[in-house]
Amino acid sequence: MTTTKRPTTLTLGDQLRIFGRSGLEQAAWNYPRLQNLGFCYIMIPAIQRLYADRTDRAAAATRHLTSFNTMPYMQSLITGVTLSLEEQRANGQAISDDEINAVKVGMMGSLAGVADPVWWGTWRPILSAFAASLALSGLGILGPIVFFVGWNVVRLGFRWWAQRWGYRRGVQIVEDLSHGILQKLTLGASIVGMFIMGALVPRWTRISLKPVLVTGRHGTYALQALLDQLLPGLLPLVLTLGCVWLIRRHVKPFWLLLGVLGLSILGYWWGLFQ
Amino acid sequence: MNISTLAVLIIAFLAGIGGVVDEWEVHQPIIACTLVGLALGHPLVGVTLGASLQLITLGWMNIGTVVGPDPALAAVVTAWWVAGPAQLPVALGVILALPLAWVGQWITRGMRQVVVPVVNRADRAAAAGDLHRITRLQLLCTGLQGLRTLLPAALLMVVPASWLQTGYQALPTGLQGGFRVAAGMLVVVSFALVINTMATHQLWPFFFLGFALATDQHLSLIALGMIGVGLAVLYLGWHGNSGSGSTSGGATPPSTTDDDLDRELDDL
Repeated sequence: MTTTKRPTTLTLGDQLRIFGRSGLEQAAWNYPRLQNLGFCYIMIPAIQRLYADRTDRAAAATRHLTSFNTMPYMQSLITGVTLSLEEQRANGQAISDDEINAVKVGMMGSLAGVADPVWWGTWRPILSAFAASLALSGLGILGPIVFFVGWNVVRLGFRWWAQRWGYRRGVQIVEDLSHGILQKLTLGASIVGMFIMGALVPRWTRISLKPVLVTGRHGTYALQALLDQLLPGLLPLVLTLGCVWLIRRHVKPFWLLLGVLGLSILGYWWGLFQ
Repeated sequence: MNISTLAVLIIAFLAGIGGVVDEWEVHQPIIACTLVGLALGHPLVGVTLGASLQLITLGWMNIGTVVGPDPALAAVVTAWWVAGPAQLPVALGVILALPLAWVGQWITRGMRQVVVPVVNRADRAAAAGDLHRITRLQLLCTGLQGLRTLLPAALLMVVPASWLQTGYQALPTGLQGGFRVAAGMLVVVSFALVINTMATHQLWPFFFLGFALATDQHLSLIALGMIGVGLAVLYLGWHGNSGSGSTSGGATPPSTTDDDLDRELDDL
């Protein structure tokens, strides 16, 4: 590889174009090689800037078409690190294809393991449930707006910050992340997530028992009112914990949905629910 | 074709892309149903369906190589049926979303095979150093993902509203009531799915704290969120200080998060 006199660096415009492309990463998701084309697509502005020669471009594009899969927002951090590696390589440092690939593969699994529960398991359910509750409590269109703005401001902010941070720090990121900071964040997010899920169960599950118990001369008691005195939301709690138990026993979500549907229809038919 | 039908088809296209790239989240029912409702001139119906459906779909996620049930097709088509000419009730829309989500899931899986020849072309483009061609191929895949929802949605939108109405009227009242009950009860499956991605032995107490506090109706969801964040900060501080030095926070959690992911991949 020839060393050019002036070091080639990525401009802010290149980085913005890469940031813009990162939002389409998963569009070419395919089974044998997963997000490979998506990652290559994101790298193209960098390849154009860093390699003038056609054979160098071909080599760079080919090396980014190998199998890749991570949580899409964490890909921005990996992209940043990969950009710094490519830049060093283009300026003459001896960095092999295998080394670049090893960094990508090394980061993708552990980052996805941390990010999936936080984004899909905590932040999206909480924000969307909050938005839905706004919408259903009479604020109407404000609910969807809160969800759309809240989600995308956080997502775009995170992506840009992660890409910049990865680009500036380079492979040192791996060292930065080895102190358990991500794990601590995940634990904190999971605490909030579990707490809010606990709160959503009694608030947003609607089950109402129909039977009325007759108890002597004091009059009648509705079964639901009796249960509410014991603990409001008791039935939703039992149902939710039952579902968690079944999921842990490898029952597919689809069967659970069908089961709850069947239970509702039978329960209504028997006069148990109203 | 009138302008609102065209708008719904555009929304279907965008939702189809959104459901796979998972970025702008316009495919989430609370957005997609609202947009379809707006296009049809019944925004409030759309919002109500979207919010009800959102509570049921919030536990559906694409993780790793696993495809979850697809909210995109379900949201667009049920919104058309509820806010459109057929005017089905919201509860029925919520129930009809389930088979549609299942169909959408299979189409999504199929799409991951369909794009393989396109990806193979990208290999040849890369070998030739033709970078623009790689960009075009990626955009072609994006378009295919839009069609993934647009085509089945268009097909289902052709079903005459009168058929749907007659079908609904023909339902026994027992079944109609059962669907109404189910629309309120199905949320527990989503809650369970989300809890399953997070729950470890050390986290269950927080679930029960949230549950107990939520039964006090004076606390809004924002207030509960503040309590939750407060507890997390306190717990992390306490956890960090009582452990064996600065790295104690990372000592146990890495294994638990790995376990979580493994469990999700196994279970979904």
